[in-house]
Amino acid sequence: MKQISIQELQQKAVELRQAALTMIYEAQSGHPGGSFSAADVIAVLYFKEMNIDPANPKWEDRDRFVLSKGHVCPILYAALLLRGFVPPETIHSLRKYGSPFQGHPDMKKCPGIDISTGSLGQGLSCAVGMAIAGKRDGKAYRVFAMVGDGECQEGQIWEAAQSANKYALDNLIVFVDDNGLQIDGTCDEVMPNLDLERKFAAFGFETRRIDGHNIEEIVRTLDEVKAANNGKPKCIVCNTVKGKGVSFMEHSVSWHGVAPKEEEYKRAMEEIAGGLQR
Amino acid sequence: MIVQQQKAKIATRDAFGHEIVELGLKNSNIYVVDIDIGKSCKTTEFMNRLPGQHINVGIAEQNGCGIAAGLATTGKIPFVSTYAVFGSLRMAEQIRQEICYPNLNVKIACSHGGLTPANDGGSHQAIEDMGVLRTIPNMTVIMGADYYATRRLVALAAEHCGPVYLRFTRDAVPVIYDEQDTFVIGKAKKLREGTDIALIANGDTVHLALKAAAELAEQGISAKLLDMHTLKPLDREAVVECLDIGKIITVEDHNIINGLGSAVSEVVAEEGRGIVRRIGVQDKFGESAPYEKLLELSGITVDNIVKTAKALLS
Repeated sequence: MKQISIQELQQKAVELRQAALTMIYEAQSGHPGGSFSAADVIAVLYFKEMNIDPANPKWEDRDRFVLSKGHVCPILYAALLLRGFVPPETIHSLRKYGSPFQGHPDMKKCPGIDISTGSLGQGLSCAVGMAIAGKRDGKAYRVFAMVGDGECQEGQIWEAAQSANKYALDNLIVFVDDNGLQIDGTCDEVMPNLDLERKFAAFGFETRRIDGHNIEEIVRTLDEVKAANNGKPKCIVCNTVKGKGVSFMEHSVSWHGVAPKEEEYKRAMEEIAGGLQR
Repeated sequence: MIVQQQKAKIATRDAFGHEIVELGLKNSNIYVVDIDIGKSCKTTEFMNRLPGQHINVGIAEQNGCGIAAGLATTGKIPFVSTYAVFGSLRMAEQIRQEICYPNLNVKIACSHGGLTPANDGGSHQAIEDMGVLRTIPNMTVIMGADYYATRRLVALAAEHCGPVYLRFTRDAVPVIYDEQDTFVIGKAKKLREGTDIALIANGDTVHLALKAAAELAEQGISAKLLDMHTLKPLDREAVVECLDIGKIITVEDHNIINGLGSAVSEVVAEEGRGIVRRIGVQDKFGESAPYEKLLELSGITVDNIVKTAKALLS
């Protein structure tokens, strides 16, 4: 874990959003909405919490991260870029031929990706497998996973959750990016999730619900659940806003998988930069 | 060495059960991921002797597959064990996305292949599994013909770095090999030389083809016989060699669509010479019946192989 102030982390979240948006703008393809709802948790994980080494991405004692909602990889790529897992010019290669920044995360092509994802509902099972291996091998690494709220409609998420309980995976910390929206509308319209915090609690998790854009609260809650020491896997459900940080993208389904045009990009970059003052 | 006088019958799922224990004792990275049906898939001894290398995810195939992928990223060599119909189709997309796409070192080891879960009926008979999985890049697809072949092939699969689908029989099949026989993944095993017709079989039909070849010999017909234990990568060279004979019969306990018959036909068509007849499940679901009865209903019999050979030669 690194010493870094809340203000510095907030600045990192700004840089992550800007880098992700730049990638999506240059590619004219990608998923800004969910990238921005996940950005603040990613900032805390990659700039403070996770024990990782960009010079040795396959270090066997590293903490793992599984982006189960793989389509928001631009925000993860931004973190890998700013942490130095890939060269700076990689920012220009999202979704391009030969790039480590594939349309969805590819562990064979991009250093720092712990498992390939892209088909929703499957990543959490992989995280469980990593966490079981860590326990069996007596290793201290933790496994962090991020799942989407819409993704929780996949039955396999709950298969994975029940196995995290069975194997008492207190080394597994799951974030739910609960932004309330999916491609066809609000989650409540498409398929209500009910209360995801209570659902994960019923599956044996130590749970919290927090403001997923409040860096201080993310940091504090992580410290709390780590201290729980009750053998339970952890789940932090994050109330988030799809498109967070750009006024015309916030709460908007239409920005799920659409790239900004030039004017929109410029305005969005300014709004993100100004986010600290808002 | 081929045992002409066939000895005892043993289900090849027992071969897996025995071999996986030996592999696990030798290598602590060998894991078994059970999906509740360990007793039936013969992994109970592994569970009892190597509990630290055993996981049981309950009735949740998709999760078992994902957990195996996660384990493989840490250097484990997990064998996901279930029935062939579930291990191929229920987890097909998980196998594609989380095992084959990242090319992880996971083995899918399935009992109840083909028509061998005979009494269980059509719902449990896996007639599409090998065909579905052979279309996924990076996947190797294997079925041993008997107890000894299966033990060897399970051990070879553990040594092979990458995804492998292994298919076993529920019901007992005759032993045709012995401990001395050797196998290479992707290389057909030549069981008979012949000049009139080539038989290419896999899994639980190899012993039928062996009998058919002997019967043909009695009638003055010289049949070559290949045990094509690896469906993918197919031993193309071995198929091409059969084209000198020109007339090929494939025999499989699988739908004739996209199984061994199809794979062989692809090579034959590309070479532009030779003729193939496919014996196997004729694109029809099975039903509850004795295993031998089901084979008979699909024409997967010694008599039909002999009849087909003679028709092809006439």
